[in-house]
Amino acid sequence: MNFLLINFFLISLLLVTTFFIFKTTSLISVVALTGAFTLLCSAIYVNLDAVDVAFTEAAVGSGISTILMVMAAAKLPEGKKNKLINLFPSIILAVAISLILIIIIANLPLLGDPNAPIHLHVVPEYLKESKDFFHIPNVVTNILASYRGFDTLGETIVIFTAGLGVIALLTSNTLNRKTNFKKNKKNER
Amino acid sequence: MRDKISSSPVLSVVSKILFAPIIIFGLYVQFHGDYGPGGGFQAGVIVAAAFILYSMIFGLSKGETLVPIMINRYLMCIGVLLYAGVGIVSIFLDGMYLDYNVLSSDPSTGQHIGIILVELGVGITVATVMIALYHSFASFGEINE
Repeated sequence: MNFLLINFFLISLLLVTTFFIFKTTSLISVVALTGAFTLLCSAIYVNLDAVDVAFTEAAVGSGISTILMVMAAAKLPEGKKNKLINLFPSIILAVAISLILIIIIANLPLLGDPNAPIHLHVVPEYLKESKDFFHIPNVVTNILASYRGFDTLGETIVIFTAGLGVIALLTSNTLNRKTNFKKNKKNER
Repeated sequence: MRDKISSSPVLSVVSKILFAPIIIFGLYVQFHGDYGPGGGFQAGVIVAAAFILYSMIFGLSKGETLVPIMINRYLMCIGVLLYAGVGIVSIFLDGMYLDYNVLSSDPSTGQHIGIILVELGVGITVATVMIALYHSFASFGEINE
């Protein structure tokens, strides 16, 4: 009962936040509200006993990405408001996607159902084996680093590549750009 | 904007007090990930948050002297290479790629060593990439005379 009440409370807060994300026109407040949104999501994950996911969501989703979005928003020119000219196509698209999602949700297994397909494939093996073999209590770590070592290597390389891409885009020719910028300024004068 | 922030004594004092505890918490999350929630990804982000807080409060140039850009870039690569290197080492020890069982005479201890090294590699890469992202975003379009 408590679980349901907390979940209901959090999800209604999530809806309220979403509504305000829609309504605000200021970029900075949208970024702040998105941070609040992901923090609420991590609270929902804690409620679902997915502590590791909640931890990651709180650290990455509401921490670092909010900071980066604020930095990006601070670099954008102010005062320009985008006006949606024609709302009709986007409304049709949104309604269609929500219908599809609602149909999918109706067919999902119930929350915590032990016979759900995802709990039957390899999870019982992992849970049984890792306790005796690894002597590491956190099964999530075992799966992440050992059973799924290749996946995690791929994820690390993805993060590395993302960092490389941003560095290449934003700071590669810092010196060149500075001189070009100065030249342009001189020309303008 | 940045000058206003750095002139506020409350923020600078609080961020100085918080800097060390944030990093210690990051290390705790890193090495306690075997026993509780946590691991390389979260720990990397937390450690990066400490450095980002520092350069937000005290300015970008001070943050760059704390973590020089080139060292940060080398560390980015070292993290990935550490992860991949554990796999290579396990090949040389007659195992398969990323098979930690062969890292020690006892397979269980080998798994411990492998998981800790791999998580350390993930942590280093994530932390340095986050710092690099912040520095790239913050220094973009800014002209330092």
